[in-house]
Amino acid sequence: MERSRRRFLKILGISTLGLGTISSVDLMAMVGTGEPTYNPTPEGLVGKRWALVVDVNKLDEETTQKAIEACHRVHNVPDYDGHEEEIKWIWTDKYEHVFPGQEHAYLAEEIEEKPFLVLCNHCANPPCCRVCPTKATWQREDGIVMMDQHRCIGCRYCMAGCPFGARSFNWRDAKNTYWKENEPPNPTYPVRGKGVVEKCNLCTERLAVGQIPACVEAVKDTKAIVFGDLEDPNSEVRKLLHEHFTIRRKPELGTNPNVYYIV
Amino acid sequence: MYNKGKIITGLVIFVLFFASPFLYGLVKSGPPPEPELSPKAKEAKLCVEAKEHMVESHMQMLNEWRDEAVRNGKRIYVATNGKEYTVSLQNTCMECHNNKSKFCDQCHNYAGVSPYCWECHIEPKEK
Repeated sequence: MERSRRRFLKILGISTLGLGTISSVDLMAMVGTGEPTYNPTPEGLVGKRWALVVDVNKLDEETTQKAIEACHRVHNVPDYDGHEEEIKWIWTDKYEHVFPGQEHAYLAEEIEEKPFLVLCNHCANPPCCRVCPTKATWQREDGIVMMDQHRCIGCRYCMAGCPFGARSFNWRDAKNTYWKENEPPNPTYPVRGKGVVEKCNLCTERLAVGQIPACVEAVKDTKAIVFGDLEDPNSEVRKLLHEHFTIRRKPELGTNPNVYYIV
Repeated sequence: MYNKGKIITGLVIFVLFFASPFLYGLVKSGPPPEPELSPKAKEAKLCVEAKEHMVESHMQMLNEWRDEAVRNGKRIYVATNGKEYTVSLQNTCMECHNNKSKFCDQCHNYAGVSPYCWECHIEPKEK
């Protein structure tokens, strides 16, 4: 059969088109061989800028403790109980320490004595990430300020850089001092070794399997802590921010915190 | 050659003396231990990749898994045969290989390597 120039070009064009539409990844998935690949979990929560809104009025001593315990238990945060080597991901402090400069002598007693729930603010402009020499802490695309314990060299620059005291250094080996003595650790989450810094990771590992952060879940019925995407105008956090007057910790420093407080 | 006997004996003693740590090691270590499969691993028949690949490159793979999960947020591993696994040492590897002392430690001790995985990752309790 004689193949005309026209026919040849036609076939060439069609086959290029065909190749172009099937990307190499799809091909591999179809055949199931070739290089192994990594994918994000399909059920994972995806956001552009995760944030928390803490309604202080709905938080009493009991619910606060519930949130702290849920977090520290699931992440195997050792409990050194007020010791100078304590580790904390989420904790409480007084109003004058949480919002310095906002306090005055005639503050309502209720506010003055109330335990304010504080944690890593997952700042949009995080100073800790800027000072980390190994990029062990960095900002993910969804706004979470994440820690890679494998890469941390324990220089503690980030602790100096963080204006919120959200980071703790492991002075001791936590391997044998899990969450509480005589209580087994959460076997699905690692502990941290001696000499690394740790902090709240906004439950990255839970988001990846479609769950909300542990502290939010622990106080879910009170709606005292709400989690959501700031860039999604229909999210619950945006609704709350729209309806209430909210403040953030030390906004004058320009770190742009993503934890909002309804006071 | 003068003092032939003395020199050769001296040389032999010298060589033996300096090779003694190696010789001692050879005698003491014996053949490499065979990693022992837990009943669960035996039942599964196949690890995430072929056995030879796992023996040879499990350390590179674990490094890759670590980076993909922690840094890139990709927690699903699509193996060469198309099967999917959760990227997790504690929750995937150790789920099957729940006998760390017999499966991991034996070989690591023999090879004289001490991976720091276990400083933080919790191994399953062995019965």
